[in-house]
This record gives sequence, structure tokens and C-alpha cells, in this order.
Amino acid sequence: MTALASGPAGPSAGEPEALVTAVIDDVAVRVPVNTLIIRAAELLGTWIPRFCDHPLLDPVAACRQCLVQIDGMPKPQPACAIGLTDGMVVRTQATSAVAAEAQAGVMEFLLINHPLDCPVCDKGGECPLQNQAMSSGRPTSRFTEPKRTFPKPLALSSQVLLDRERCVSCARCTRFSDQIAGDPFIDLLERGSAQQVGIGDGVPFDSYFSGNTIQICPVGALTSTSYRFRSRPFDLVSTPTVCEHCAAGCALRTDLRRGQVMRRLAWEDPAVNEEWNCDKGRFAFTYISHERITEPLIRDREGVLQRASWSEAIAHAARLLAPALEHGRSAVLTGGRLTWEDACAYGRFARTVLGTDDVDFRNRPASAAEAEFLRSHVAAAPLGPTYDEICEAPLVMVVATDLEDECPILLLRLRAAVRRGSTQVAEISPVATGAQRKLSATRVNATAGQEGAVLAALNAFPAGTVIILGERAATVPGLFEAVGARIAAGARVAWLPRRAGERGALAAGLLPGLLPGGRPLLDPAARAEVGRAWGVDPSLLPTAPGRDAAGITEAAAAGELDALIVAGVDTRDAPDPHALRAALAGAGVLISLEQRHTEVTAQADVVLPVAAVTEKAGTFLDFEGRARPFPAADRQSGALTDARVLALLADEIGRPMGAQTVAAVRAEQVGLGRWQAGSATRSAPPPRAGRPAAVTGAQDAGRLRLATWHTLLDAGVLQRPEPGLAGTQRPAVVRLAAATATRLNLTAGSPCTVRTEHGAITLPLVITEMDEATVWLPTNSPGSAVRTALRAAHGDEVTVEAGHAPVVSS
Amino acid sequence: MPSLPAPLSGFVTTFVTMFKKPTTEQYPEQRDQYPPAPRFHGRHQLNRHPDGLEKCVGCELCAWACPADAIYVEGADNTEAERFSPGERYGRVYQINYLRCIFCGLCIEACPTRALTMTHEYELADSDRGRLIYEKEQLLAPLLPGMLPPPHPMVPGTDEQDYYAGRVTTAVPEQEVTVAPQ
Ligand code: SF4
Ligand code: SF4
Ligand code: SF4
Ligand code: SF4
Ligand code: FES
Repeated sequence: MTALASGPAGPSAGEPEALVTAVIDDVAVRVPVNTLIIRAAELLGTWIPRFCDHPLLDPVAACRQCLVQIDGMPKPQPACAIGLTDGMVVRTQATSAVAAEAQAGVMEFLLINHPLDCPVCDKGGECPLQNQAMSSGRPTSRFTEPKRTFPKPLALSSQVLLDRERCVSCARCTRFSDQIAGDPFIDLLERGSAQQVGIGDGVPFDSYFSGNTIQICPVGALTSTSYRFRSRPFDLVSTPTVCEHCAAGCALRTDLRRGQVMRRLAWEDPAVNEEWNCDKGRFAFTYISHERITEPLIRDREGVLQRASWSEAIAHAARLLAPALEHGRSAVLTGGRLTWEDACAYGRFARTVLGTDDVDFRNRPASAAEAEFLRSHVAAAPLGPTYDEICEAPLVMVVATDLEDECPILLLRLRAAVRRGSTQVAEISPVATGAQRKLSATRVNATAGQEGAVLAALNAFPAGTVIILGERAATVPGLFEAVGARIAAGARVAWLPRRAGERGALAAGLLPGLLPGGRPLLDPAARAEVGRAWGVDPSLLPTAPGRDAAGITEAAAAGELDALIVAGVDTRDAPDPHALRAALAGAGVLISLEQRHTEVTAQADVVLPVAAVTEKAGTFLDFEGRARPFPAADRQSGALTDARVLALLADEIGRPMGAQTVAAVRAEQVGLGRWQAGSATRSAPPPRAGRPAAVTGAQDAGRLRLATWHTLLDAGVLQRPEPGLAGTQRPAVVRLAAATATRLNLTAGSPCTVRTEHGAITLPLVITEMDEATVWLPTNSPGSAVRTALRAAHGDEVTVEAGHAPVVSS
Repeated sequence: MPSLPAPLSGFVTTFVTMFKKPTTEQYPEQRDQYPPAPRFHGRHQLNRHPDGLEKCVGCELCAWACPADAIYVEGADNTEAERFSPGERYGRVYQINYLRCIFCGLCIEACPTRALTMTHEYELADSDRGRLIYEKEQLLAPLLPGMLPPPHPMVPGTDEQDYYAGRVTTAVPEQEVTVAPQ
């Protein structure tokens, strides 16, 4: 019984647990001291009815449904809030008429004002109140008076609706917001029978985690606009899946009705997301069935895309690729959203069919220093540092990432760890953020782009420190060197990409000079291993490292590439979207594997439709390097995975690579394993000088450094169309320090323009506690397309001025 | 008793029957003379409130109760601009598959709003499977005098409780003006 989750009241980890013997329903149990009665009873198979109890929240005993009889106590006591002590004798409803009567009485009180809403209530059919009213309640009601009613539903946000008369005042939602998410915007208001959950006037329920309150509400008081009235539990086919949005790797449950995703829930994985997820993972799924391409398309002589059969399209693509195959002048660009299996297929297709090493998954600001760091420290790394290890580290140093926006579940896990006192967090950042507040983190100020210098200058870290390194580290000069020095001094690094597919793409070798499992392309032994696994002569594999995304873009625009294969790339994500568009136009042949029409398909010669994440099995590697395999939620769609499409193309070209089913790729890769050789053989091109020049501190008045990252909810394509979710986006603003604003004669709320030579963005100003030589913009929010408008990345120099500016055409 | 010769005795029943009243029912020529039993389970009907709003709230309880999985319902939100039933929710899609239905009536018992009842109509044969899946339009009760075709607002000043309590008895002119031309 030591595996028992003892909850916050239990002994903290590390101390030997004192065991006590108690008696529940005449059965003796031996459990750690202070184990809650309700948990111990579960071990015996006795389900004490409950509403407010939740294993991950502090007990409050708010609902009183779990009353049990304890010897020596005059009245029934709540089982969810009382820990077992030695010799305690407890009787639940199973053996005590007093307990059963008490529970029935509480249920009668709960139902007095409960509406007869079940037919129109989303919870109907999976409602603990319905179930427990049947198991513990009276068969008939004695209440004949009119019930208390409220106007309904009350919109807490554009995503969360509240039906107040259904609430049983269990305080699960308010405790979650306060204890887990750290967004205490909802609270219990009023007292007695007027008690209700509410929000402050004009203060919306602004939380990235609000969907969790809907899931843990034990009644239908909290519902989502997206699922309201859409289906009943018996309509749904549920599949355990994994979130495709960020690198946190949350376990989800996907519920389909007739092949359409109706809702997604956070599913339980104690090692990863516990029982929570973020609103993006929960609500951003409507894209799956929105404006999908369902048939292959071929561009005809007039330049119009025409529908074609699969055999026609594959044959046409193979014909178009013929010249490229002869010269090996082709490249593959994939976004960061592929499953690991699909990424493996792209890597193999590039090396064995196209004969090129020009592959890159980084459709975002990247650098050679980053590639080198990924090749040497991440690609072949085993699992870890894991969530649990990070939560136990003496110090967690967060660099170049905002955990709330870029890995919300790591934020929740770390927040829980900080609350228990098992770790502390510091962040090198130009901006004071909500994430830092929630983590009680110390902010080490750094002008945007100077994080590397600041990290290098800090004192030695305690042994066991974990550095969390985000996506925008790529454009910070000197940061990877500083991190390398910290690793040499004993720190561990967790590389935190922003997208679910990036770690998998890295493991699959979708980076120039890198083969699957972190094998260096330049190493003949590595080439031989990979050649064996792929069943090709290793001498046919490329021997020289190819171009990275920037190099590929440049070469294609210059007309030096005969063929470009593009998968899941949004041009707006590129460091310079205009350059990527030029590359798409300049490539000899453009083949696009896509789910919906994009700027890439608009230029492509052949468009091959591929399966969305619900329509295929696959694996994402989360940022820890943990494999998160998932089955297909929708087995009827018939859509092909990227890997299957590439296999068809390879067959047609005459350089077959097997069936490339998910099972086949997994078997091939498991056979191959990770690269085990020492780092001495890890030879890669020497890092070129990073693109940004060294930063020289504060400049003249309006010249500032740009700090920018994607907010969790923004203008991303996978978040459309979902108006409820879009309504909870944080408004796009410019952020400046008070001193900087004064210096530039700007006042809070007034329009403020950020400009480069390519264009300008004007947004209202918010004064924020932050670095005085830095200005902050969201990277891709409505009205703030930083890469398109400014062609700038984190750390670049920009000009800031008051007022609206005539937009410089680009 | 002397018995008739065997060849004749076989005709006794025939002979006697010639003098009995025939029980043949002249279906379909005289179908009106032979109404089904009062509690006969015929085709379903989706009833209306007295002002024409639909009673179905799209709760799917009928579909849940159905042992033959013959009913398919999708609920949706009423809006101020388009109201089909009192309250928040209505049945946007409602189908009964008469190839599956066994006319047990469990769906009728399950319906919380008495939206679903059964008629005496039993002529449900067809030569096309598709046509035996009845849509909401085919199942909805006819509009009686005093009813307006939804979508239209509730009677001003009432809420859904008034509808369920029987306090709405007919459509009023204020509802009429908003009925969109069909
Ligand atoms: S919360 Fe449960 S009991 Fe209450 S109306 Fe909804 S389904 Fe019925
Ligand atoms: S809204 Fe739900 S979770 Fe919140 S207090 Fe009421 S019943 Fe509990
Ligand atoms: S009568 Fe019986 S079989 Fe037919 S729809 Fe109703 S519940 Fe189903
Ligand atoms: S007919 Fe009745 S039971 Fe069926 S969905 Fe409509 S209201 Fe619910
Ligand atoms: S579950 Fe114990 S008081 Fe609510």
C-alpha cells in the first residue's frame, strides 16, 4: 500500500513513511499516516460518494457528500479531509446506517435547488450527481417549492459557460484556478443558498487552463461553448491520443461522433501532464475537418490545379522529379509538426531516393550554432531531463522561452513543484511575465539577444541544475557556447522546442549532417549502420552535409534546386516569409504534402493530401525525448500518412523504401536505435558565425532590441476555426518599460509603432516591468505578424516610435 | 351415428362456412372502417407547443432508450434570431430509421417533454431503404390552427416554464410578424 497517492496532506518525499493501522468497515488497513479515509477506502474497493474531493487538489470538505462514521466522534465526518491515524475505526455507508443516512441527507440538500436540466445538460449521462443521486439519494423528492434559478448560461469567457443553478459549490474549479493554474479569476461568491461561482465584474476568466475546470466540475455547471449540446456520451467513440500542438506531450482523450471530433479531454499520465492540459490542446481541433484537401491535385498546362487520381498524381510527381534525381539537386523542408514516423520517412526519402542531405525541419529563425548544439547534445540523447527530474532539480534556469506560452504543462508541473518546495526557478528574460509570477521565479534581466552573455556571467549553478532552453535561443548570439560551458560544469539541459514534432524530426535526422538516432552523416560507421537498416548500399548515401533551411531557401530562390518537397510548412513561420515565397517560386519542381490549401499548395506542381493527426497512428517525442505513441482515433478516413505517400512515390521512382507503415517504420528505427559512439566521432561542419552581430547594449533613443515569442493562443493555422478559443486570446500589444516609454514620450494605451526597414507594426502600448533597451511584440498574433511585417527575429534591432505610422510597403 | 362417406365429410366445414358472415377486411379500399387499437404503436410524431414551437429539446434520451438504435438526434442552440423550441436547446437533426424500429415505444417513455409520441399510421412500406429513414420534417406534427411554423420567438413575456406548465395556448400576433416568408 505504499504506492498510495497520499495527497498534499501526506508525508513529503524522502522521509520514511510511518505506517498506521486502522479499521475501515471491519477490515484492517495498513497505510501511511494521514492517508485520507476516502483514499484508503478506495483501496478496499469502497466508493465513498464525493464531489469536491480531487486527488490533485488540497482537501476542502466543501460538499459534505463523503460523510462517514468515525468511532469516538459525535457526528459523521468528511472522509476526504480526515487522515487516518493509528487505531482509527471508520464505518462508511457500506456498514453504517448513520453514514448512509447522512449521505442521503446531504444529497437531498444538494438536489433541493438543483434544476431538472438533465435532458439539456451536457453532463447528462456522465454526471457524478446523477449517478450518486441514484446510489445515495432518496428515491423521491420531498421538495415542492419553486427552485432557485439564475439567468443562464453566464459566459465566464468566450469558451467557458456557467449554469449557476447546477453548481454544487464544490470549489473544484476555484481551487484548480488558484492552486494549479495560478489564475484565480473565478471564486465562490455570496453565502448560503445564494452561494455561486463567479468572476469579477469585467474581469474575464483569462486563463490558458480554463478547460480543465470544465472537465473536473462534477456537475454540468461549467460547459464549453464548443461542446455545448453537441453529443451524448453514448454517441462518442473515445481514443487515448497525444496532443499535436506543443512539445509538452500531453495525453489526451479524443471523442469522435461519426468521424468528427466532438471534444478532447486531458487524459491521465502521472509522468507527463498529470490530469491537466491547456486550452489549445483541448479546443484547437476544428482545423482537422476544416477545408481539407481530399484528393491529389496536379497543376495543368494552364497553371490550374486539377483533381487527379492517386496513381496519376504519383506517376506525374515521379516524372517531374526525374531531372532532380539525376543531379541530386533537391531539398526537403518540413515544418515542426510531423510525427516521428513521418519524419523518419522524409529523412529516408531525401537520402535514399532524392540523394540529398538538404533537409531541415526548422521553418523558423534558426542558426548554425543551434544546429550544432542539437546534433551534439540533443539528437542522440536518451530520455531526460524528465518532468520529474526537472521538478526535483535544486535550480531550474529558464532561458529564451516563456513557459506559459510555449510549454504550459511544464509550467503547471513546475508550479506544483515550487509550491511543494522541491525546486526553485530562475529565468533569464528581458520581460517580467505571468509565468515568472506563477513560479515565484527570480528574473535575471537581459536585453533581448544578450541572454547568452548574461548566462555566461552568472555564478556557478548548484549541482543538478537544469537549464530549459527555448526555441528563440537559436537567434541569441553566444548562448549555445554559454550553455555548453554550463553543461561542461555539470548542468543538464532540456531543449524545449515549440512544436510537438520537432524533437521527433531531430531524432529522425531531419537536419543536414544528421542521420536517424543522432548519427553523424560524416561518420562512415554511422552511414554503414543506417544503410543496413534501410537496405541500401551505404556508399549511395550522401557523404557531405547539406544545406540548412536558410541555405535551401537561398538556393531555391536562386534557381539552384530542381525539386523542393515541402511538408506542413506555413510560410508565415519562416524567418523571412518573403524569402521563402521566392524559394517556392524559384524551385524547379514543387511537391507539397499538405492537409489544406496554403501558400505552398498555391505554388505547388503536385499536391498530395495527407492524414491529419486523428486519422493516423504515430508518435510524438515530447521535449524530454519521451516517446508518446498514439493510435488513430478515426480509423475510417482512409487518408494516407506522409510516410505512405513517400513510399508510393519511391516505388514509382524505382527506389523503393518498403511499405512505410507506422509499424514498419517503428520496427526499422527500433532496430537502428540511438547512436552510441563517443562524441569524438561527432564531426559536423564548424559552426558558422551566428547571424546577429554582438549586441552592444542600449542604443540611441528609439533603437531597441526586439523580444518576441508566440503567445499560446494566436493566429496559428491549427487554431482556426474556433471562435470560442480565439476569444480567449490575449490582446496583441507592444510592451515597453516605464522608463523607455517616458524617454520616447509614449503613454500606456496609446498607439506605438515598431519598425524595421521592411515594415511596421502598430499596437497599443502596455507598460511592463522589463528591460529598458527592449521592446516586446507577440510573434504571430492578429495585428502583429512580426516575421511578415518586420522580417525580424528575437534579439534584432528595431525602431520604436509614438503613433501610427504609414505602413512601409515591403 | 352413421358417418358420412369420407369424401363428403371433408366438405362439411366448407358447407357450414357458406352461411357464416365473412370476416374479410377490405383493405385498402375500406381502411377507415378498421382503425387500429387505441394503443397501437404506429409511426412516430414530433409534437408542437400550441404556438407551433417544437417540443423536442434534442436531448437524445429517445435515441438512448432505443433498443434497436433506430433514432439519430443532434441537438443545437436556439438563438434569438432563430428559435425552434422554448428554452436553450432544440433538435436540429432528428431521424428515425424505420428499417430498424421495432415499434416498442420505449422512446416515447423516455422523452422528457412529450415531444415524441406515436400515431396510428402503419403504412410504412417502401421499396427504397433511404426513404425509410424519416427526417424531422416528415415526423413533425402538422401545424394546427393557432400555430406558426418555427423559427419564431416565444410568446412575449413567457419563458420555457410557462410552456411546460401549459400557460401558452396559442400563437400571438407579435410572434407572427417575425415569421420569415417560407
Ligand atoms: S449536472 Fe447532472 S444532475 Fe444536474 S442537470 Fe446536469 S446532468 Fe442533470
Ligand atoms: S462550477 Fe462546478 S467545479 Fe465549480 S464549484 Fe460549482 S460544481 Fe464545483
Ligand atoms: S419504438 Fe422502440 S425501436 Fe422504434 S424508435 Fe422507439 S425505441 Fe426505437
Ligand atoms: S424527441 Fe424527446 S427524447 Fe427525443 S430528443 Fe427530442 S426531447 Fe429528447
Ligand atoms: S468529497 Fe468530501 S466533502 Fe466533498
